[in-house]
Amino acid sequence: MSADSKKLGGKAWVFGDEINSDVMAPGIYFKESMEVMASHCLEAVNPEFAANVQPGDIVVAGRAFGVGSAREQAALSFAHLKVGAILAKSYARIFYRNMLNFGVPALIFPEADEINPKDEITVDAIAGTIENKTTGKSYTVSPIPEHLMEMISLGGLMPYLKKKIDAGELKTGALPK
Amino acid sequence: MGKTLIEKIMARASGRESVTPGEIVTCDVDLAMILDSGGPRKIWPRLEQLGVGVYDNAKVVVVADHFVPAADPQSAAILKLTRDFVKKFDIKHFYDMEGICHVLMAENGHLQPGMFCCGGDSHSTMGGAFGCYMAGFGAIEMTGVVITGNIWSVVPETIKVDWSGRFGTGVAAKDIMLHLARELGMENAFKVVEYGGETIRNMSMMERMVLTNMAAELGAETGLIAPDEVTLETIRAGGTEPAADALDWRSDDDATFCATHAFDANTLTPQVAAPHKPSNSGPAEDFEKDQIHIDQAYIGACVGAKLTDLHMVAAVLKGRKVKSGTRLMVAPSSKKIMTEAAADGTLATITEAGGILLPSGCGACAGLGAGIIAEGEVCISSTNRNFQGRMGSKDAFVYLGSPYTVAAAAVAGHIVDPRDMVGEMSK
Repeated sequence: MSADSKKLGGKAWVFGDEINSDVMAPGIYFKESMEVMASHCLEAVNPEFAANVQPGDIVVAGRAFGVGSAREQAALSFAHLKVGAILAKSYARIFYRNMLNFGVPALIFPEADEINPKDEITVDAIAGTIENKTTGKSYTVSPIPEHLMEMISLGGLMPYLKKKIDAGELKTGALPK
Repeated sequence: MGKTLIEKIMARASGRESVTPGEIVTCDVDLAMILDSGGPRKIWPRLEQLGVGVYDNAKVVVVADHFVPAADPQSAAILKLTRDFVKKFDIKHFYDMEGICHVLMAENGHLQPGMFCCGGDSHSTMGGAFGCYMAGFGAIEMTGVVITGNIWSVVPETIKVDWSGRFGTGVAAKDIMLHLARELGMENAFKVVEYGGETIRNMSMMERMVLTNMAAELGAETGLIAPDEVTLETIRAGGTEPAADALDWRSDDDATFCATHAFDANTLTPQVAAPHKPSNSGPAEDFEKDQIHIDQAYIGACVGAKLTDLHMVAAVLKGRKVKSGTRLMVAPSSKKIMTEAAADGTLATITEAGGILLPSGCGACAGLGAGIIAEGEVCISSTNRNFQGRMGSKDAFVYLGSPYTVAAAAVAGHIVDPRDMVGEMSK
């Protein structure tokens, strides 16, 4: 997410509780490209998802979304499929950190049960507002944690590190020749 | 007011006098462990892109364990890239096909009480058995760690879990964790689980590491066990002299825990987790009546193929045979464990019973290597998680049990309570 696209929107894809990172990024595709990996994202729980999700669509889920493995491919698959935002009741910690590091907003959304598949949703991750255009209901949620706001608004960890390095604010080893 | 162990560790790592739960701190990283699967192959291109190296080549540990041994051109290329990275960046600690990372950290004296460590694998929590912070992070976050040498954390609250009493015959640390996954659930994100009590004090480090490893299955930040003489002996055996203040790293008696649980090991029975999650567990005896046919029994992974685990397997298999129609595969957690189990006759007991030995590595546990299962097949495994599609086909079924329970299922050909088989042997 870049700073000029704070508002995101699309169709809702709804998932249940404890959707784990093994089904987001099955190990048997680990050696394949991210394109192949992402095409199998969540196929065990919804075979329609990866083939039909559109850029900007919103993933809505229950408790402990992303539980399990640390594999970044779980989070990267959603970025690769250009999912606009994730709205879950709660997250597994590594998955949550991975999502934010890839610059995809992951918001804690206690009212996830009120969203139906294919509802039209818009999300403003900076303001912490969610609107369900299909039902006409709107919600206020906690925005992205403040200490991560700069990183998210730059688009994730890589652009954030680049900015720090370019500004001479980061001491580290040299890249070997 | 007293402090918890995690608060003390994070205060030191962040250079503060003290910290409290909920506070956001930046911690200096004493050890950054990265692996062939999500390490150099993900991190190296990012270092090139940013034009920087690693913060300290003596604090970055590289382990090749997920794709070993290479089974196809892609995995061979990933392993070669991993070796090239180690040379190029002059990484001081590299383990190439020596075993699974979390076990190697313990075997080689890398972990000390009070340290702050990050690993590129969710079961990095295993290191917490040494009274240090060690937690799992994705490759993108480990990229930041190897560049900057630090990471942000929210200081976690601590759930205290005490076990008293002694295990009955055929009961093991794994049964504690399958029981806890059901009792505490998998949703304990940003909390630490600290284990204590006489049951844990009486455990070897190998058994304690089962508890901290599977803190990942509880969804916790990490698992912790305060150090004692058993911890220090293991550190020494790994070739490192423990720091003088090593035993000071413990929660104060008046520390504040967000929850305290007490359990009795005397009444714990062998546990089995049904597909497709570790919290889907219950007593093994309840599964026995269903006569669940087992195609594959798997002893492997960081959590379930240490020397203590192989001894449990041998205790069941001695004088018995793996049932026709069921295959038993055993992938010891490290080369050192393989060597020790060969020397003490454990491996011979396993192979004489019909068990098949596989190389040390993450292998089938994560669906990466030899031993994965087909559509419709049923496996019982000593590994730590059984999510759908993890061990091969998304239409396969994985049950979890202790090494006793997995070996007993291999002999019976279906899931059984292992206590009778273990009991007979100890007579």
